[in-house]
Amino acid sequence: MSVALEVEDLVVSFPGVGERTPVVDGLGLRVEVGETLALVGESGCGKSISALACLRLVPRPGRIDRGRIAVGGREILDLSVPEMRGLRGSEISMIFQEPMTSLNPVVNVGGQVIEAIRLHERVSRSAARARTLDLFEQVGIPDAEERLDAYPHQLSGGLKQRVMIAMALATVPKVLIADEPTTALDVTIQAQILQLLRDLQRDSDTAILLITHDLGIVNELSDRVAVMYAGRKVEEGGRVDVLAHSRHPYTEGLLRSMPALARPGERLAEIPGVVPPPDEWPRGCRFSGRCPRALPHCPDQPPASTPLPDEHRVWCHAVAEDVAS
Amino acid sequence: MAEAHVVSNLVVALLLAAGVAVGFFVRRNRLWSEAAVDLRRRRPWALLVVALYVAVAVLDSVSWVGGAEAGEDVVAAYKARSVLDRAFSDFVEASYSAPLAEAEFYGGAPLVYPGRHLLGTDILGRDVLYMTLKGARVALLIGGLTSLIAIPLALLLGVSAGYYGGRIDDVVFFVMSTLASIPGLLLLIALIMAMGRSTLSVCIALGVTSWVGLCRVSRGETLKLRELDYVQAARALGVSEFRIVLRHILPNLMHLVIITFVLMFSGLVLSEAILSWLGIGVDGSWGQMIDQARDELSREPVIWWNIAAAGSALFGLLLAVNFVGDALRDIMDPRTLREDL
Repeated sequence: MSVALEVEDLVVSFPGVGERTPVVDGLGLRVEVGETLALVGESGCGKSISALACLRLVPRPGRIDRGRIAVGGREILDLSVPEMRGLRGSEISMIFQEPMTSLNPVVNVGGQVIEAIRLHERVSRSAARARTLDLFEQVGIPDAEERLDAYPHQLSGGLKQRVMIAMALATVPKVLIADEPTTALDVTIQAQILQLLRDLQRDSDTAILLITHDLGIVNELSDRVAVMYAGRKVEEGGRVDVLAHSRHPYTEGLLRSMPALARPGERLAEIPGVVPPPDEWPRGCRFSGRCPRALPHCPDQPPASTPLPDEHRVWCHAVAEDVAS
Repeated sequence: MAEAHVVSNLVVALLLAAGVAVGFFVRRNRLWSEAAVDLRRRRPWALLVVALYVAVAVLDSVSWVGGAEAGEDVVAAYKARSVLDRAFSDFVEASYSAPLAEAEFYGGAPLVYPGRHLLGTDILGRDVLYMTLKGARVALLIGGLTSLIAIPLALLLGVSAGYYGGRIDDVVFFVMSTLASIPGLLLLIALIMAMGRSTLSVCIALGVTSWVGLCRVSRGETLKLRELDYVQAARALGVSEFRIVLRHILPNLMHLVIITFVLMFSGLVLSEAILSWLGIGVDGSWGQMIDQARDELSREPVIWWNIAAAGSALFGLLLAVNFVGDALRDIMDPRTLREDL
């Protein structure tokens, strides 16, 4: 299998007090063609910034300091601005979290998808319109013909998200980044959108980088899972390995705090404390301050990767000692 | 000078063409046509009044030479006269006469057109209704031309400051703050004095002093829009910065532009009246009529029809425009727009 998206040693920093503070620190990701990688973590752990970095759209004053990102084998950090613009939307697209605000309120939705198509392909308006109609039907928008001329405020949240997906898929990208694609939708619509993403992936072999904090969705959609905490990867592996046989204390905490897994009548488990702000991250393991298994040297030494069977890897001193003994 | 009426005719033709084009666009675009229908439903009378003023102004702007016999009035025969001028041609008396009077106000000499001067005549015997109607063109010219100067300037500076930020923002903000810190009226007078008194220079001066408001509003709105998800989404699709401004920022500022234009318009016409009162206004404006009628109010018996006609005409236009402006704000403000559609 070939690699669709590859991120190595990515460092994204924002100006902090005095020096620049890295909010993504040495992240590495690999998404293969036709595969879904879920990037999981709490709010503020840097997962959305990492996703934007893959499009080179880190909001100012943030900056990519180091690392390499390759989309379909092309190094995107070396591309010129117009080359990068050509890549966005055609090779790599993104579905945003908020369908309510991700569509321009004064342009009809059909027009917005047509714009997306015509940006990257020299086709006539009517051809682009026909393609848009196909796309709308493909993503399951009922009365697609009529909906082409509708404005965003005339559509429900689920329909808007379908339009967003249609727009992101307009030019059949190799990589699709879905940033919490279902967070703003209600549960029945969530299931439909997930099914839709699955179908689309099967049809066109798109690689999906799914960003979410909802482990239920991870379980539904992903092949592999990477768990992030405070700008670093803490655990990575196949879906079953990470969700069912998680080793990192943070992943375990995340899983335990899921309402679906709690026993009735029992208090829901929580991870004590909050994610510290980037300028207060410890030099070593960043989870050490909240970790139930923290060892004395945890806050000072960054943990190395501990390989487990089936490409399951964990960055944790405690797990490393377990494995060694 | 001979070509002035040709230019005026061309401008009218261009404006009419632009009006038709805008009409077509509004008809084709669902959002705008809904807003237009809503406006017509809410403020039918105010719209009608504005349309009447516009019609009068157009009648006074279409002009051509000839039509009068050279023997009678040599000047009239070689001067371009508008439709309005022709309708009121030679409709003059010797001096003051009250509305619908049969005789002159002072002395009681018989009038040439007894009982036919609806609003009386002024000191030179000119029909007041005619003078008042001619004021409509001047008022619309001031409001329109100034807006044409101020709005593009405000949008260009406001949007680029808001979108690109950094050094551009600093410069624009500095200029705005500087202008805003100079007393408006003094700056207006200084500018008009520097450029010389003409309709154009009054409009430029008014434009220079009135763009700051819209510029500030559009800068702020652009700052907000720039961070919105759909602008981000457009970037993620590979839309160029210029196109984002053109297609995603500007259209979302349009409601502000229209509301500002309508409300600014009445402010501009009013400002000109104040300038006229100070003696540096535009010739033939209502402000000038009011200025000239000041002394007439202290006469005994009082000569009230001049100031009443000009004042009412000004009041009527401003009231109608403000009514339309308020309704437009209700209709187009996004906070009230999205829910009821």
